[in-house]
Amino acid sequence: MNNFWTILWHTYWTKIKTRSFLITTIITALLFVLLANITTIIDTFSNEETPKVAVIDETNSSIDAIERIEAYTSEEVILESVQQSEAEVEEKVISGEFIGALYLTSNGDDPISGEYKSLSIADTTISSLLQTALQQIKTELTAESINLSPEQLQTLYAPVSFETTALEENAKSEEELSQARGLVYVVLFLIYFAVIMYASMIANEVATEKSSRIMEILISSTPPVQQMFAKILGIALLSVTQMLILGSIGFLALRESMSKLEGGWFEAFGFSNLSIGILVYAAIFFLLGYFLYATLAAFLGSLVSRIEDVQQMIMPMTMLVIVGFLLSMYGLSDPDTTFITIASYIPFFTPMLMFLRVGMLSLPVWEPILGMVVLIVTTIILAIFGARVYRGGVLMYGRSTSYKDIKKAIQLTKKEK
Amino acid sequence: MSLKLENVTKKFGQFTAVDDISIEIPEKEMFGFLGANGAGKTTTFRMILGLIDATKGNITWQGKPINYSVSGQIGYLPEERGLYPKLQVKEQLVYLARLRGMDKQAALKELDNWLERFKVPDYKTKKVEELSKGNQQKIQFISSILHKPKLLILDEPFSGLDPVNVELLKEAVVDLKNSGTSIVFSSHRMEHVEELCEHLCIMQKGKPVVHGELKEIKRSYGKKSLIIHGDFSMSFLQDHPAVKKFKMTTEGVHLQIENEWAADDILKDIVGKGFIRKFMLEEPSLNDIFIEKAGASYE
Repeated sequence: MNNFWTILWHTYWTKIKTRSFLITTIITALLFVLLANITTIIDTFSNEETPKVAVIDETNSSIDAIERIEAYTSEEVILESVQQSEAEVEEKVISGEFIGALYLTSNGDDPISGEYKSLSIADTTISSLLQTALQQIKTELTAESINLSPEQLQTLYAPVSFETTALEENAKSEEELSQARGLVYVVLFLIYFAVIMYASMIANEVATEKSSRIMEILISSTPPVQQMFAKILGIALLSVTQMLILGSIGFLALRESMSKLEGGWFEAFGFSNLSIGILVYAAIFFLLGYFLYATLAAFLGSLVSRIEDVQQMIMPMTMLVIVGFLLSMYGLSDPDTTFITIASYIPFFTPMLMFLRVGMLSLPVWEPILGMVVLIVTTIILAIFGARVYRGGVLMYGRSTSYKDIKKAIQLTKKEK
Repeated sequence: MSLKLENVTKKFGQFTAVDDISIEIPEKEMFGFLGANGAGKTTTFRMILGLIDATKGNITWQGKPINYSVSGQIGYLPEERGLYPKLQVKEQLVYLARLRGMDKQAALKELDNWLERFKVPDYKTKKVEELSKGNQQKIQFISSILHKPKLLILDEPFSGLDPVNVELLKEAVVDLKNSGTSIVFSSHRMEHVEELCEHLCIMQKGKPVVHGELKEIKRSYGKKSLIIHGDFSMSFLQDHPAVKKFKMTTEGVHLQIENEWAADDILKDIVGKGFIRKFMLEEPSLNDIFIEKAGASYE
């Protein structure tokens, strides 16, 4: 058991000291800070000059079209009434004096209509702003023409009151659901990234030891199963460290930038009043999912002889994670379908889908527990099987990277034949 | 108590890598394993270490099977050398020694001694990938002995080293033996085995073809080597009844003769033919024995 800890700490320390780990962590942390302050950053860059739009107003002057539009858009654009010909105005747009030109007309029943011209129509910020404003004005004008008072207009546009209620006992309320959805979303992403990143780290680690041929010495001093799990736990510890660092930086950055906003992000993502239960489930499924995939990765990593082949070897595993992730994204909006229910018992999808169901539905307790049992049993089977392959696989130095090697690796350790 | 292999066989599918080998390797001695590539030396070592299980037979050391409970007393230098390329010499040697049950401080102290002895103290904080192949091999050798094993298995320890370093390593191996370590080693070079081992075993296609004490093997072989250097043509000796093997060299001939008395006959035959610069009767070299027993040279 002593060796177990030696390997665990060795894996942890040598990984944490690598330059790549440091750089990834710093870059990701910077990204978090950047994202948390994205609005401030965009503002600093874009607040330089308010774009000017030339307006040729050919509507009935009693409408005061420009004034009305400004009431809606005064913040974002400056409207400037011009009395020139279209050609002249367009010339000015091309020369850059104006960002665009707006022609306003009215004909017959249509009280107001517009045409917007600018150098490119790829940027729709201004055109859609103007369009929305004109839509509002048209409504106002029509209402005025049939003598509706502003109060009547308001009643006309008041949103309908509509509520949904779940009859099932313990069913989650709409509010709880949207909170759960936020959390589920975040946890799904975490599982996805952790599995992809750390599992391939393990596969690489094993393949490195194998390709550098140090494996034979390691195997002769420590049982392969012990080695495999020490490594898996070492990397798990590493992932926890990295996530704690990133999590606290992200948290601080968000608190800094969100303090201005009331409620803000935390409420939007359902973090304000979480039930402890769901957090516990999140942690359990995260860990079980990690161990399942990590075991698979260690065993796949033991089959390759060169580091270049690792990616190819773990491709099927990556695919499983991606499929699980896509399924759970689909399940977010429709968690109660039979399809998702069945898939949530398929071990490789369980961490994501069972957690999704626990979070979104009111499941009887046995369901998530059965899911955990499925995960634990699969991990154990995989570990026993993997350890045998690992033991043989690490002594095999073929050029091939086919799954037939699994059979060969097991044969290598067989006693009777 | 010694290392004992009883009727050990290893099959990989249809292929028999090691075929019914029974040998006893005495303690505190050096035991040499010889054999062409693919003769089953490495497979035998791996079975001794428990890396792979024998298909049949038993391997015991000091009367007990070898498993992880005794791994701290065993040192292993694999044929395929390997260390962590990105790790410092100090880090990985201490790590590997700790896995063999040594504590960190003792490992560091021992490491300094060995680096000093191998004249590479300044490699302590270097990464392995920065070292030359020969120096990596010294480090690898240190990794197999740092924890003071009682049983040391060296798979081709001297290959790839220059003569100076071979001497350095040989001295270290002899010192270890004198301090009570049982050493099993395989080598490519017959002269190393001849020089270092009391007992040896020559393997061919998984079978031990020669096995026993070096002196005994040579004596019972009977045939002798005869080297003659002279300024005349000696090709007629090719047809001499006592000559078993005939080889022309630049200065004369290298013969293998039936026994030592045959040398006398040959001497009589060549006297008067010309100037004889050298006439030397030798014990058969292990290489000669090997070539005859294994039917092939591998150098």
